[in-house]
Amino acid sequence: MKQHSPPPRLSLRGITKQYPGCLANDDVHLDIAPAEIHALLGENGAGKSTLMKVIYGLVKPDRGEVLWDGLPIEVKDPAQARKMGIGMVFQHFSLFETLTVTENIALALGDDAGALDQLAEKIRTVSEKYGMTINPEREIHTLSVGERQRVEIVRCLVQNIKLLILDEPTSVLTPQEVDSLFITLRQLASEGCSILFISHKLNEVKALCHNATVLRAGRVSGECVPAEEDTTSMAKLMVGDDTPVSTTYPKKLGSTPLLCISDLNLHSDDPFGVHLKHINLTVNAGEIVGIAGVAGNGQEELLASLSGEHLCPDGKTITFAEDAVADLPPDQRRRWGLGFVPEERLGRGAVPEMSLTENALLTGFLSGLLSKGMVAWKKAETFADQIIDQYRVKAAGRHAQADSLSGGNLQKFIIGREIMQNPKILIAAHPTWGVDIGAATAIHKALITLRDQGAAILVVSEDIDELFLISDRIGAICNGALSPVKPTPESSIQELGRMMAGDFSQSAHEGSATL
Amino acid sequence: MDIDLITNILYAMIRTGTPLLIVALGELVCEKSGVLNLGQEGMMLMGAVVGFIVTLLSGSLLLGFILAMVAGVLMSLIFGLITMELSANQVATGLALTIFGTGLSAFIGSEFVGKPIEGLDPVFIPVLTDLPIIGRMLFGQDLIVYLSFILFGAVYWFINYSRPGLVLKAVGENPHAANAIGLPVFKTRYLAIIFGGAMAGLAGGYLSLAYTPLWAENMSAGRGWIALALVVFASWKAERVLLGAWLFGLASILHLVFQGLGFAVSPNLLAILPYLATVVVLVILSSNQTRSRLVAPMSLGNPFHARG
Repeated sequence: MKQHSPPPRLSLRGITKQYPGCLANDDVHLDIAPAEIHALLGENGAGKSTLMKVIYGLVKPDRGEVLWDGLPIEVKDPAQARKMGIGMVFQHFSLFETLTVTENIALALGDDAGALDQLAEKIRTVSEKYGMTINPEREIHTLSVGERQRVEIVRCLVQNIKLLILDEPTSVLTPQEVDSLFITLRQLASEGCSILFISHKLNEVKALCHNATVLRAGRVSGECVPAEEDTTSMAKLMVGDDTPVSTTYPKKLGSTPLLCISDLNLHSDDPFGVHLKHINLTVNAGEIVGIAGVAGNGQEELLASLSGEHLCPDGKTITFAEDAVADLPPDQRRRWGLGFVPEERLGRGAVPEMSLTENALLTGFLSGLLSKGMVAWKKAETFADQIIDQYRVKAAGRHAQADSLSGGNLQKFIIGREIMQNPKILIAAHPTWGVDIGAATAIHKALITLRDQGAAILVVSEDIDELFLISDRIGAICNGALSPVKPTPESSIQELGRMMAGDFSQSAHEGSATL
Repeated sequence: MDIDLITNILYAMIRTGTPLLIVALGELVCEKSGVLNLGQEGMMLMGAVVGFIVTLLSGSLLLGFILAMVAGVLMSLIFGLITMELSANQVATGLALTIFGTGLSAFIGSEFVGKPIEGLDPVFIPVLTDLPIIGRMLFGQDLIVYLSFILFGAVYWFINYSRPGLVLKAVGENPHAANAIGLPVFKTRYLAIIFGGAMAGLAGGYLSLAYTPLWAENMSAGRGWIALALVVFASWKAERVLLGAWLFGLASILHLVFQGLGFAVSPNLLAILPYLATVVVLVILSSNQTRSRLVAPMSLGNPFHARG
């Protein structure tokens, strides 16, 4: 440490932000030095997003100050943040689909953009320098998710950038893409840029970051040097002492096919959709099959075909225990014993304006909540209360509107609603998305219990760690095609990563084994 | 059909199409920002009545046109306040604005029905006016028609080549993303709404000061609605708005053409042509999902609340 070390590039002092019913940030302190890669760790709902919005001028803190290169400043809006040299890569991209890469970047640069053709040249140079080739002329809607993230990063790099904030940047990438992102970030930091890396993935933080600040329930629960910690100690900082952080579940393989998909092809009408190509999959009774994949590779289309939102003319394409169902609408599939947890919580998983009781009724009506065509409200209310109770849903009660719940709590409610109906087949998309570790563990346990009762479960998720934890067999979907599905112990993160990127080839000795 | 008739039809086509073109250009800019203002008809009528009264009392056409635009802007600000500050539903607010403008203009103008004023005269451009067939059509019109040509050029350039135009499209596609990268969503939408109001007011003034220089209740006769249909017909492209406005202009004088040719076709029957054309275009557009999703501003009609 030098005697006169420069002031931190960014310093947060006592940031406090109160939302109605929720203290999002409580007296948060954070320092980032030039050229430092700093991790902001925390679970969903710990206050990471709010803090980063404060830095970027999207949210005004109630108390506390922000120091930039040692001087107190007030970041009024994102435009000012950008002028100061702060760039941000959002978790949900802030790109305009109908505009080209150059136009998108020109918009963010404001008046400094200059002529578009010169900017395009600059984009090419910068993107090649950092090993993230992109074609400036392409329109955003033609790009993959990984490419879109590159556009967001390059958008920050073409300016004079001093602090780059990345919000959960790896959640949309394959493991291989993550590696190359890290190379770019290290190069950037070595040139003096500070990086704030927001994540809840401990392994990534350990691999990349110099220092870490851990948030729990809005407060700083600890600071550490990730390289010197093990993941368990960091996880404890994130979730507190009383929550178990690692569990393993015994793997099982079923033998009686319950859910069969044979040669499912689907032509998507959506211009941003993916066509499904020759999907074959069997899920046996008593096992969990996990499908990994980067968002937008056909998961949505596959799920719609399974739920019955999209019908196939040939009923035999999808069978539930030999019953052809591919041409049956959702209610008939549910009558058969299907439980379904869609990707979108508000709008498809639950009706935002309806109370929890009414939402419970929406799919629960088949399990005795109706009598002679009339709603048995008492039973529906009891059912809703049971879900709230068993899955520890934080809500103002069964009368609360679905959209008044936080994402994680609504997720718990929807999962609970489906599992408690004891489905024979359960299809769940991102079952623990946005849910804290304690609740995620509860959901995993419920899935395992359901499996042990003999249900066939298909989990589609972007969270590879989760899939390895709960799946008995695992595969990946890429660009509408499904990889071979193998028993989880025989697969590896590297292999799954290759499959997520579309390389379905088996490694050499396995290849010869099939000959 | 003789040359004179063709010349006259083309002349009348442009003249009839001009108010449509002006309103539709305003609505195009407004919709590009993601705001659907169905109040065009009400704003036009207010422009028409205010322009007429001002010109009648002051004797100045220029003042009349200016205040017609001011009236349109004031009306659009009502819409802006309700939809932007109070996040009210744009469709309902726009419809209310039309009903409000129709009633208010009839009330204000009740004393002035049938009074005569000196309307706007054509300005003949030397030499060019005498060109066969297209001379009268393009160079023998009044100043507002020429202004509409300039407005078209300006809007076309603005949307396709200017930076503020890029901001406009970005805000119309995804206001949340636009806000996140620091683009002024509210300001952009307000300016677009105000421009729409000014254009509707100007078009209204054109009706009562130039097209038929008098005031009559409900004299816009559905042109505001045709203009809305026209923007869809044009699939949100300025050059197609120009073409469509003139085509719709032609459609609304077709009964004169048929009379000239010796057929008698009910003008009411012909009046449905613009709407029929719009329906056909909508069907064609929506037959292809890709096209229909990429062609309209993606957040059209969605209110924007700044979060946080």
